[in-house]
Amino acid sequence: MRQKKLYVLLAALVAGVGGLNATAALADESADAIARYREMIADGNPSELVAAQGEQLWKTKRGPKNASLEKCDLGLGPGVVKGASAQLPRYFKDTGRVQDLETRLMTCMQTLQGIDPKAFVDGKWNKGEMENMEALVAFIVTESNGHKISIDMSNPQMKKMYELGKMAFYHRSGPMDFACTTCHGAEGKRIRLQDLPDLRTQAGAAAGWGTWPAYRVSSGEFWTMQHRLNDCYRQQRTAEPIYGSDVTIALSVYLAATAKGGTVLTPGLKR
Amino acid sequence: MKKISIIVAAMAFSSGAFAAGEDLHAAFQTMMDTSFKTTGIADKYRMKQLDFQRICSAEKEPSKKVMEAIEAEQLKTIRYPADGKYFGDWKKGEKIATSGKGLTWTDKTRFDNGGGCYNCHQLSHKEIAYGTIGPSLQDYGKTRGNGNDVVKYTWGKIYNAKAFNACSNMPRNGDAEILTEEQMKHLMAFLFDPESPVNKK
Repeated sequence: MRQKKLYVLLAALVAGVGGLNATAALADESADAIARYREMIADGNPSELVAAQGEQLWKTKRGPKNASLEKCDLGLGPGVVKGASAQLPRYFKDTGRVQDLETRLMTCMQTLQGIDPKAFVDGKWNKGEMENMEALVAFIVTESNGHKISIDMSNPQMKKMYELGKMAFYHRSGPMDFACTTCHGAEGKRIRLQDLPDLRTQAGAAAGWGTWPAYRVSSGEFWTMQHRLNDCYRQQRTAEPIYGSDVTIALSVYLAATAKGGTVLTPGLKR
Repeated sequence: MKKISIIVAAMAFSSGAFAAGEDLHAAFQTMMDTSFKTTGIADKYRMKQLDFQRICSAEKEPSKKVMEAIEAEQLKTIRYPADGKYFGDWKKGEKIATSGKGLTWTDKTRFDNGGGCYNCHQLSHKEIAYGTIGPSLQDYGKTRGNGNDVVKYTWGKIYNAKAFNACSNMPRNGDAEILTEEQMKHLMAFLFDPESPVNKK
């Protein structure tokens, strides 16, 4: 029943967006439709369905080792999920690496369940084992909703990743000479009708980092942070970042550190 | 004596900072080399930077002198239409300005790209879905006329924006072979033709 209601709302929204054209009045109307839609689902984000699957998965014995993820340490101790993603990425002693939520989950799935990380690195969004990753992420980030963005920068590895992430943020390359800064390096800009946060500032980074992962209404998909960054690079016309690669973690450290003190509002809800 | 020790201290400091910077630079190169892969038409080679891309990747804009040197180099890349004709069909130009497709790893071909102009610029009086990263180009021809200088400048700007602003956000549509000469002529007509909705309300 609930699902049916969501579909009706989605259809109404798509119709509203589809109406976007010529006049400013229509644009306002569409913006209103989006605002109304956001209001209507404020306590019923479609991510809830994905998160519920994720919670089940977390507790389910899976993989060659037939184990659940209930002993997975996301940084606050084995099995602690509440508030964990608000403090990621972080340096993990056991792997000797800085990890974001998704690479940490890959470690847990490999060590506890025996699931090969290749399933994700070579995987496809919203398919197979990756779909499980997305559900787990939806569950975990829901448990940090309302928490403060607060990553532990005390380890030298974190400081190094911050510097590398910042360099990546400004790195221009590819046939269009773009960098992250092309779209996210100035205040008050937009691309077509889409507002662009200035990710160099605390407020901008909090608005960006703090609202991903998110449910994307236009595609009807739940997107993890890795997926978000991947599509940023696609639109920059660079080569494709490898899932869980250092550049994605470095950028995440740069964004989360810049966003420090902002509020986590995950899962977000996007156009 | 005191003076010497200050100089020595300054040298020690600068070499230390230099070494740390070198390490970070090497670590960055390793990270970029290992973090990307070739997918479809988007070759891993795309992560290698051209000189001006590297110089324009700092937090601060380079000095005026460096910028001017880049602009002089980029100016040499511009090819003006061999037949001397700058204007195509504004209706086709409008379609090219509206399309943002092309050159991603999900595109099948590296040809047949859009100009993506509306991502950053206001153009037609009738289109409200425009970005604001670049300046508004509404009434472009109406306010500038169609004198030889402005026509030639505009062609050059579309062909290679870096010839006029070294670290411009705008892609080098001609030089990087994003658009064909014919497509750029259509865009010129879209900007200058009095009948184009850029100039006509």
